[in-house]
Parts: sequence; structure tokens; C-alpha cells
Amino acid sequence: MLKITGVSRRFGDVTALSDVSLEIRQGEFFALLGPSGCGKTTLLRILAGFESPDEGTVTLDGDDLLGQAAHRRPVNLMFQSYALFPHMTVAKNVAYGLERERLGRAEVRGRVDEVLQKVGLETMAGRRPHQLSGGQRQRVALARAIVKRPRLLLLDEPLSALDKKVRAEMQLELKRLQNEVGITFVVVTHDQEEAMSLADRIAVFNAGGVEQVDAPVELYEHPRTPFVAGFVGANNIFEGRACSAGLAGEELGILPGDSGLPDGTPALLAVRPERIRLDGEDKGVLGGEVVDVSFYGGISHVSVQVSGRRQPVLVATQGATQVQTGSKVALGWAEGDGVLIPQ
Amino acid sequence: MRKSRLLYVPFWATYVFLYTPIVVLVVMSFNAGDSPYVYEGFSLEWYGTLAKNAAIREGLVNTLIVAVGSTVLATVLGTLLAVGLARHTRSRALDALGMLPAVLPDLVLGIGLLVFYATIKSTLGLHSVLLAHTVFGMAFVTAVVRTRLTHADTSLEEASRDLGATPFTTFVRITLPQLAPGILAGALLAFTLSIDEFVIAFFTAAPTTPTLPIVIYSMVRFGVTPEINALATLLLLVSFTAVIVTQRMTRLTESLS
Amino acid sequence: MTRSTGSGASVRSRARRSRALGRLVFLGPGLTYLIVLLLIPLALLISFTVFRRGRFGGIVYELTAENFTRLFDPLYLGVVIGSLRLAAIATLIALLVGYPTAYLIAQLPQKWKTIALVAIVLPFWTNFLVRIYAWIILLSGPGLVNSTLMDLGLIDKPLELLYNQGTIVTGLVYSYLPLMVLPLYAAIEKLDPQLREASANLGAGPVRTFASVTLPLTLPGVLTGCLFVFVPSFGNFIIPELLGGGRSIMVGNLIRDQFLKSRDWPFGSTLALALIAVLIVLLLAQAWSARRA
Repeated sequence: MLKITGVSRRFGDVTALSDVSLEIRQGEFFALLGPSGCGKTTLLRILAGFESPDEGTVTLDGDDLLGQAAHRRPVNLMFQSYALFPHMTVAKNVAYGLERERLGRAEVRGRVDEVLQKVGLETMAGRRPHQLSGGQRQRVALARAIVKRPRLLLLDEPLSALDKKVRAEMQLELKRLQNEVGITFVVVTHDQEEAMSLADRIAVFNAGGVEQVDAPVELYEHPRTPFVAGFVGANNIFEGRACSAGLAGEELGILPGDSGLPDGTPALLAVRPERIRLDGEDKGVLGGEVVDVSFYGGISHVSVQVSGRRQPVLVATQGATQVQTGSKVALGWAEGDGVLIPQ
Repeated sequence: MRKSRLLYVPFWATYVFLYTPIVVLVVMSFNAGDSPYVYEGFSLEWYGTLAKNAAIREGLVNTLIVAVGSTVLATVLGTLLAVGLARHTRSRALDALGMLPAVLPDLVLGIGLLVFYATIKSTLGLHSVLLAHTVFGMAFVTAVVRTRLTHADTSLEEASRDLGATPFTTFVRITLPQLAPGILAGALLAFTLSIDEFVIAFFTAAPTTPTLPIVIYSMVRFGVTPEINALATLLLLVSFTAVIVTQRMTRLTESLS
Repeated sequence: MTRSTGSGASVRSRARRSRALGRLVFLGPGLTYLIVLLLIPLALLISFTVFRRGRFGGIVYELTAENFTRLFDPLYLGVVIGSLRLAAIATLIALLVGYPTAYLIAQLPQKWKTIALVAIVLPFWTNFLVRIYAWIILLSGPGLVNSTLMDLGLIDKPLELLYNQGTIVTGLVYSYLPLMVLPLYAAIEKLDPQLREASANLGAGPVRTFASVTLPLTLPGVLTGCLFVFVPSFGNFIIPELLGGGRSIMVGNLIRDQFLKSRDWPFGSTLALALIAVLIVLLLAQAWSARRA
């Protein structure tokens, strides 16, 4: 549906995007995830028409998008700051885009009422933006964008300005709305939990390029680049060379992993903290000493200093743990839980 | 957002409009010929004539006396008033009174003071201009210092009191140093405004004590001479330098604070 | 507090006395000065409006309404309306030139922004009379404008550019344009650029975006700028005298003449009161619109 091919953009010496290609499907909830400055916002602004790429093409259902002026594109954006017009009421803000389409007054009213109901703001229609809470403003911004029934809805860090509780609520709301209206959503975020919980598929950006495009679970379980392994979720990463049983580390010996790589390839092994078992002292793959235990309610984090490795290995266990700082432990994991990534 | 090329027409027109008269004035001041209109070659002749003009010299001295005197008075009164308005009262009416001279048309202030001096049978002279200039100079000092006060950190003053300093010590040791850049900026403003002020001086000066703008006014009224071009150029030079120095200084003080 | 050994009441009364002393020291001198040299003169001026003039100037303290009836004499009313008109035209032109200029300055990179703004303010800080004088040189018969037009072959004899209403308006715009640009710039600069992007994103073209987003949101700046140009234009008497050649007189000239030539202080005061009244109405209008925005 949306096809981005070979898009590059430079600002002076800085390369914001280099040769980015993506394909986003009809009705999909797609996330562009990456640290700040990775180019994801530039891509969003290119799609909205506020920036032009130096190279590359963007088509929507086969039509060239880049040739159209920003105000003619069937693409709407929900701004990170919401960019609500402060001098207009909620209803006027939402009606603004429809009035540009020269629709009849009655139809504009009808659609505004309908969308305000959909986001639960029908009683706020006469208020000004500054009289609303953060969550309410966010809903207005969303209503203003979806009332146009765009073919593509872009959301720039949609939840970043909200506090934790409202955020969880809005997350559900966004998903519900996306199901309801069936518009293709592209959300830009630096928050991996936001991306994971919202999106059908995620493109991880780093330094102007796409690292990996996958469904959230796939991305988490099978990171394919060192950056993704380190960026998405917590990970314990070991360096070494691939071997038939997993990874051959220089000082740690053979570490179990799901190897598909030719023997001897320089590689990283990534093991999620929650996949590591704390075993008795003489079993397991690695031995070490507990240096820190932190309790988080549902889970506990145990840091284990392993000789031959600078950083402690992080282990996550369910609930409170019996292990105490200073005790010797052994660490182990199943072969399938070690993911090998070529370096 | 890209297609703002068209905006460059009024943009440049504005600057051409603002600077053409000034450039012509400066060029003509170096004119060798007698005409203030037609350029006939370079000469410093008119600067020489200017130096010999007693009326202008006298006007300049008068202006400087008035400007220095009213600036000192306005700075002291204005600073005290600003602190008083910010820290010792909540009255909006007093606030408005402090700003009134800055928004009142100069003509009204001029005739008001003329009538006042006549009613109390005061003589006119440099003192009457000086007192008149202090009225609006004070308003600008108050405004500038007051803005700085509202941005100033009141907890510093409270800390000083908490450490046992008297209100007087607190004012001298804590408040004043914090306000120094504002006071300086206000004083500069009052000085510049006084030097250039014509309307109020016109109504409150005696015929025997004209300030420089009054001298210029009578010269311009009786015809155009290249001598005025030379004087105008010198005044431009002074103003431009003052503005640029002020700009640099405020940026310096901003970067310091 | 620990140093005071007296009872609570005496501590409180001492605190009250110290507050009163603070008020006296800080507010006393400035307010006294303003009362004597601002409020009393203004009160005198206003009180004069109800008295008769003396035969040789001065005031005769006999109540009369004639100053106000004279205000509505077509001769004087015409001057007031004429001044309003000239000031309004000057304000409008300054707005039309100043808005795009301020808009562009606001989009410049930071370094150029400062330079462009200083360049706008610079002429304003040069002597007012000198700036008016420059226009006499420019627009006079043998001046630069005429000689350029003649060199270009557009005209064959000098145009009468000086001493008409157009010259007055030019002088007013020239003198007060910086006062228009600065508040406009401040208002435009404050405007979130994302609002314009949002407008475009919702389908509005540049003209529509300007009319429904940029202009309404910068309206307080527009009104402030208009006020800053209109107020000094309306009461001006130097520009009409030097550039208008005395033929088209404005209310400022009229007031000046009442005090210095015909010595009719009561009528002069009445005219001044009318001037203040117009300005107060405008100030209230501006304050009202600023509160609404």
C-alpha cells in the first residue's frame, strides 16, 4: 500500500536517512522505532510533505506521493505536541480539515459529532484546548486527524507527553480506534514498549537506516543485528565465534546457542535475562558471584559477576528471589534461548 | 513554506526605504558644492563650518547637561520606584502610574508641563527641561528594572534576610547587584531618549537655552543647508555606535547571567 | 526572629513599621515626583477645558462649555478627522509593509535574525528631526528621487513631491515603521511553526493557513503594532510642519498653536483631552483583544 523506495535525506553533513526502503500494508499498525536522531521523524515528515528526500520515491496505492503538496496529500499527522489551534474550540479544531474539503455544513457537523463521540469527547466540543487535560488534548488531536478519513495516519510519539496511567489507557484506545476505523497507522516512537504493545510490525531505525522489520515477538525473540539485540529489551550479549553448539567465547568457553552460522564466523550471542536459570553451584554454563539483587514486585533482577566478563550478567526471576548478594551461583540456559547474531 | 520568495520583495523594500534617506544624508555631508542636493565631489568643508557654529555648540552643551542630569535623577528615582512597585505594594494603579509617562503622547506631557511651570510662575531654562525629561526617563528606567526584578530570584533576598541581614543591607548587597544590568540598560535608554528628545524640550526650554534638537529644528525650518547634513551624519554615528555597543553589552550581560 | 525578645504584639508592630518604612523609602520619592510633575500638570490641563481664555492669553476662571462646542466646529472637527485619517493610512501602510518583513525575519537563522532586527531598530534610535530632514533632501525639487526619475527619462521636469499629505504619510511611516515591525516579530516568532504544518496537513493551502491560523494568532501583535504607529502619528506636529509645508495641518499643529501662537490654553487643553480620549479608546480596544486571544 505505502511503498518507500531508496529514500535518502541529508542536512548539511548529517545524514538523516540513507537508502531507506519499506513496505507498509493496508490496515496495518506499523511502528518506526529508534533512538532520537535516528531519522524516523525525518521519514515521517517526508511522508507528511514537510520535508523532501534528496533521493528515492514514495508511493501510496501506486500514486506518487512526493509530487503532491503537503495540503493535498491523503495523509494526516498527529503531531507530538498535538499542534491544536489554541484560538479554536475542540469542535472547530476537528472541523478544520473537513471545511477544507468543501463539505456541506450539516455533513461537517455530523462527522465532527461522530468522531468526538468515538474518542469520548462529545461534552468537550465547546472548550478551548487550554481547558483540556493532556489526555483529552491527545484525543482531540487524534479526532482531528481521523475525521478526514485519511488513507494513512501518521502519529509522532503519540503517547510521550502523557503520564504513565493515561498512557496505558490511551494505548488501548489507539488500538481499539485503529480496529474500528481501519486506517493504516504509522507511529513514530523511541519507546519500545509503546511500539511493542501497539504495532503489528516494527521497523527498527538506527543512524538513518532500517535495521530490521518484524512483528514484535519475532523482533524480541530473534534480533538479527547487534543493534536490535541491544536496543529492544534487556539482553546479555557475549562476544565470540560461531560453533556447532552455539558460541565459542574467548574466555568463557562454549556458550549454548541456536547456531545457523558457519563455524568460525565472528558473532554475538544474546540471551534474555528472563531465560537464564539460576542453578546450583556446580551445574550450569557459567559460574559467578551475585553482586546486586533488586526487587521490582513482579520480578527480581539479579546481577551476577562472571569472571572473564566485564559487565555483570543480568538475570530476571519471577517474584522475590532467595539469592543473596555475595553468594556463588551458576547460570544456565536452553540452547534455543541463545540467539546468535553475525557481527 | 518553501514558496516564501514573494515575501522578499516587501522585506528588502523595507530596508531600502529605511536606509536610503540615511545614505543620501551621509553622502551629501561630504559634498564639495554648496547645494545640499547635488553631489559635486568629496570635501570635509561642512564639518569645518559646523565646528565653527556657536549655536550648535551651545545646543550640544545644553543637551548634554540636560541628558546627564535627567539620567542621574531618573535612574535613582526609577530604580527605587521599581523596587517599591515590585516588592512593597500590590497596587495595579501605582504600576500604571509608573508607566504612564512612557505611553502618554509627548505633546500632552510637553504642554502639561508648560502650563504647570506657568501656573507656579517658575522660570524656564535648562532646569525645567531637565525636570521634564526626568519624568519620562524615570518611566523607562522603572520599566526595565521592574522586568528584571520579576525575573530575579526572590529566594536570594529571603536567604539574605534569613542569614540575619537588615532590609537595607539586603537591598545594597543582594538586590542592587542583581539589578545592575537592568539599571545600566535603563540609564542608557533614558540618556539616549533625552539626547534626541525634541517635543517636550520645545515646550519647556527658554528661548535662551535651546537644546540641540531645538537648534536643528530651527535650522531645518529655515531651509536646508549642507551643514545640517554634516551634523546629522555625526549624530547618526553617535546613535549607531550607541545602539551597537548597547546590543553587545546586553548580550554580554545576558551571557554572564 | 530569635533575636527579638519582646512580646508577639511588639514584634508584629515592629514588622509593620519596617514595612511602612520600606514603602516610604522606595515608593515615596518616585511617586511624589510623578504626582508633582505628571499628575498635577495633567489635572491642570484637564481643568482648563472648562474655563474661559483671557484676552491676552492666560485663564479666566469662569466656567464655560464653549471649548467643547468649538471642538465640534467643522473647521476643527475637520482637522481632527483629517489627522485620524492620515494616522490611519500611515498605520495601514506600515502594517502591510511591516507584516511580511517581520514574518521573514522570524524565519531567518538566528544569527541573521539579530542583524535584521538591529537594522530595523537602528534608524529609530537616530535623531527624529534628522530623519525627517533626510526626506526633505530626498524629495525636494532637485533631490535624488526627482533626479533619478529624470535620468531614467520617466519625467522631464521635477515633480512636486514635498509638502502634501502623501509626504506626511511617508514621513509618518518612515518614523514609526520599526515600532510596527517589533511587536509583529515578537508575535510571529512566538507562533508554533507546527500549527502551520498542522493546517497544511489538514488540507489548507498557504492562503487559507495564513487567514485562519497565522493571522488570528498574531492579532494581538498586529494591534500592538498598529497602536504603536497610530498613537505618535495622530498627535504629531513636526512631520506635518516640516513635510506638509503647513498647508495640511494636523491636530498636533493645532494644539501647539493654541499654546504658542494664539495662547488659547483652554481650547488647546480641550483638543489635548480629545487626543487623549481617542488614545484611551484605542488602548482599551487593544487590551480587550489581547485578553480574548
